[in-house]
Amino acid sequence: MRALMKTLAASTAVAVLSALPAFAAGGEAAHGGEHAKGGLPQMNAETFPSQIFWLVVTFAVLYFVISRIAAPRISTVIEERRDRVADDLDRAAEFKAQAEAAIKAYEKAVADARAKARAVSDETRRKAKAEADRRRADMDAKLADELAAAEARIASRKAAVLSGLKALAAEAATAAVERLTAINVAAGEAEAAVDAALKR
Amino acid sequence: MFQQIANDPLHQFQVNTILPLKLGSWDISFTNASLWMVIAVLGVSLFLTLGIQRRALVPRRWQLMVEMAYEFVANTVRSNAGEEGMRFFPLVFTLFMFVLFCNLFGMIPYSFTVTSHIIVTFAMAMFVFLTVILVGLMRHGLRFFKLFVPSGVPSWILPLIVPIELISFLSRPVSLSVRLFANMLAGHTMLKVFAGFVVSMMAAGGVFSVMSIGPMLGIVFVTGLEFLVAFLQAYVFAVLTCIYLNDAIHLHEDH
Repeated sequence: MRALMKTLAASTAVAVLSALPAFAAGGEAAHGGEHAKGGLPQMNAETFPSQIFWLVVTFAVLYFVISRIAAPRISTVIEERRDRVADDLDRAAEFKAQAEAAIKAYEKAVADARAKARAVSDETRRKAKAEADRRRADMDAKLADELAAAEARIASRKAAVLSGLKALAAEAATAAVERLTAINVAAGEAEAAVDAALKR
Repeated sequence: MFQQIANDPLHQFQVNTILPLKLGSWDISFTNASLWMVIAVLGVSLFLTLGIQRRALVPRRWQLMVEMAYEFVANTVRSNAGEEGMRFFPLVFTLFMFVLFCNLFGMIPYSFTVTSHIIVTFAMAMFVFLTVILVGLMRHGLRFFKLFVPSGVPSWILPLIVPIELISFLSRPVSLSVRLFANMLAGHTMLKVFAGFVVSMMAAGGVFSVMSIGPMLGIVFVTGLEFLVAFLQAYVFAVLTCIYLNDAIHLHEDH
């Protein structure tokens, strides 16, 4: 690249420098010797001191302006922007982390709540079942008691009725025997006979 | 004045005294060349200070151009002369902006192109050249002269290599200055020569006045080209300055 540039520059220089006399001659011809010196104005050494002097002055001023005023200001502005962008990116990353943490916390809360809800519902179901079981047991016991009481009542009534019936049968038997046979059967005998008949 | 410019493509390079001044026996008159140097310096200063004045976080047009110019030169210095070369950033930036504005102001019709004068470009090139030598000697002392003795070259070939390196080194200010000067001179002369063709062909009349559209289009094309050259030559000047400074800072270390 450098070699190429050098070659290019050299060939340009050669071409232009070799063309200079032609230009100069042309200029002179066109002027008809208007300029006392003739030739390229660039080759007029009388202007050199002034050109160099003013180049040094203006270049020094520009160097001062750029190195002391312009360049520091521009670099400050660019640095500030770079810092600001970096800061903003940092803050964005921070916010992102915060958002992610919030999402995690939320998800945890949801999971916790779900677990708690399940626990509560399990507990409730268990309690309800226990209560229902207890009630059924109570009811069963009560019903059994009532059944037993009723059976006892029935038994006692049956016994009472039966005993009444026995006396009645003995009386009826005594009366029947007396009427048929005129034998007066003793009360005890009649009853024993009824019992024997009942047992058969 | 206009008449002369139309007739003589070299008249535009004429240096005219505006205010005669003397410093001892030296003639340091304020000339049109000096005037355009001052204008270029004012232009660069105003561009670089007013453009950045708002210090906006999001730059507008002018600030963006200022920042682009800054970053452009900063990147050029950094990539060619390394991070250490950034010490010379103000110098390279000044050179670039000065040459660029002189070239661009030279594109204004009837203005004066400061950089079309070999003495100006040569003075700047010599300044760069001497800066390089000074920096090299201050950083490396006498080891700086190893620049002319490339490492890894057989010793029997050195008598040939060293003079070549020396000549190539010494011709740097010449090539640096002639490149810029010749580009400006050739481009501006070509523009005026074409313009002269248009005028004389129109004057000839008939078929020639119709054909004068040719050089006219040529002028348009060359004007566009000259804007490119104006920028490119400022860039080349800055890049070569960086490369030379890199030699002074790093010798042949990273080549």
